[in-house]
Amino acid sequence: MTEFLQQLINGLALGAIYALIALGYTMVYGVLRFINFAHGDVFMLGAFAGYYLSPVVNKFLPAQSYVGGALVLVLAMAICALLGVVIEFLAYRPLRSRPKLTVLITAIGVSLFIEYTCQHKSVFGAAPHKFPDLIPATTINFNGLVIGVNQIIVLVTTAVLLVALRFIVQKTRMGTAMRAVSFNEPAAALMGVNINSVISFTFGLGSALAGAGGILFAMNYASIDPLMGVQTGLKAFVAAVLGGIGNLPGAALGGLILGLLETFAGGIPGVSNYRDGIAFAILILILLLKPAGLLGKSTVEKV
Amino acid sequence: MLQIKNLTVSYGAINALKGISLSVQSGSIVTLIGSNGAGKTTTLKTISGLLKPKAGEIIYDGKNIAGLPPHEIVGRGLSHVPEGRMIFANLTVLENLQMGAYLVRDKKVVRRELEFVFATFPRLKEREQQIAGTLSGGEQQMLAIGRALMSQPKFLMLDEPSLGLAPLLVKTIFEKIVEINCERGLTILLVEQNANRALEVSRFGYVLETGNITLQGDSASLRQNPQVKSAYLGG
Ligand SMILES: Nc1ncnc2c1ncn2[C@@H]1O[C@H](COP(=O)(O)OP(=O)(O)O)[C@@H](O)[C@H]1O
Ligand SMILES: [Mg+2]
Repeated sequence: MTEFLQQLINGLALGAIYALIALGYTMVYGVLRFINFAHGDVFMLGAFAGYYLSPVVNKFLPAQSYVGGALVLVLAMAICALLGVVIEFLAYRPLRSRPKLTVLITAIGVSLFIEYTCQHKSVFGAAPHKFPDLIPATTINFNGLVIGVNQIIVLVTTAVLLVALRFIVQKTRMGTAMRAVSFNEPAAALMGVNINSVISFTFGLGSALAGAGGILFAMNYASIDPLMGVQTGLKAFVAAVLGGIGNLPGAALGGLILGLLETFAGGIPGVSNYRDGIAFAILILILLLKPAGLLGKSTVEKV
Repeated sequence: MLQIKNLTVSYGAINALKGISLSVQSGSIVTLIGSNGAGKTTTLKTISGLLKPKAGEIIYDGKNIAGLPPHEIVGRGLSHVPEGRMIFANLTVLENLQMGAYLVRDKKVVRRELEFVFATFPRLKEREQQIAGTLSGGEQQMLAIGRALMSQPKFLMLDEPSLGLAPLLVKTIFEKIVEINCERGLTILLVEQNANRALEVSRFGYVLETGNITLQGDSASLRQNPQVKSAYLGG
């Protein structure tokens, strides 16, 4: 039982990170109908933003304090939001009226560009970096159940971000515009919605969430490198497809399911070696059995 | 109020509009008739900014608005009820109308416009909380017109509002168009395949054929024109 609970928490924490990244894939798909393959790299850049910001923040705030950690998180999210907006503006906007395949291939190009630029020794370098402890590295022990404070932070932060996202999408003017654009872009334009601002906003929002995912991931796995976004990004993409691409609650659900499956599979002897393959097995199954994804039918929440 | 000069619009290599000119007097209803594929929808989409012209001018209130993005054009008081209605089928009737008032920041004004739309189309009031996708075709058309009115336009463009509606509803829709024109003083550019009705309610008409304006004149005289009669009025 303890072991089960332990794995459940590990799985939820991993799934929460997938969920945060998956949301960005799905939001961008909602407004532009293409997969931003550079999204996983924004997640990586979020982790590196935290890596470089942490010592700066520590000059003003005590090291390993919750306030300092929160500040690093918020700043990294802001940097990623800006990066997302810039990537869209420079790489995708000029191709807006071109076939989607052109944009898709460009996204792969942007991804490779970021990955290989960051591996250069004058940027981050290819070697893994040890991520600093943003908060005190303590654990809580309940009758043998060991929960890292980091894991609690992951779950709480993700929950807060999901609630905030829901509020933005459902209640604000910009969120309403996002939903309208995702439903019917020309109709939204005829209502007076500025399509370019909505697209920029969507990239900013999705990238901020990926940045948060990067920080939370780094807090839990300690080692970061310029290619860390490749596999995690792909898995988050699978999570978005699993939930139904374009569907926000679906992306969150898909992320959690994937995190749980991977973690539990990791605990089964003989299966644990195939842990990283699970996401792709799921992708094949979902494409065969329910291509619209788990929540793909309900267009009401579509963004 | 609106003057189009030598407007040319193309889809890739296909020229859909080959330098058309037309004008709409303030306060009037002007109709643009023509058969399928003539370029009527293209004309409206270009005025509202959904398409960029290759050449030509669209002068509205003395300024050239050709090539501006749609949201700026809506902001200047032009509203477009698109072909096929394009309502937000996943939103309620009320939310659709609120989307129409996207650029209206003053809540009081939104409420006033909403009352006006409900007074014009009482059916929408009854179905305020219904998901728009479940409305009948006629109700969806009313919603599309109501939504366009929510932006407080001075100039309204309607693309085949009677398309696919039962005769009785067609009659209602045309009555409403006249009502909106009279009571609100709204200038209207009406695109129709139902030439008979359109020429009845309008003051002036243009005939569009494969990207060119081939005939124009007072609606009353166009209705008597033998060419128009044989091509668009069923003999
Ligand atoms: N998206 C498009 N791509 C290519 N050609 C188009 C497109 N839309 C319309 N056309 C062509 O432009 C011409 C005018 O179309 P349209 O303006 O829709 O006519 P109408 O509204 O009078 O029926 C037609 O020949 C049509 O085939
Ligand atoms: Mg048409």
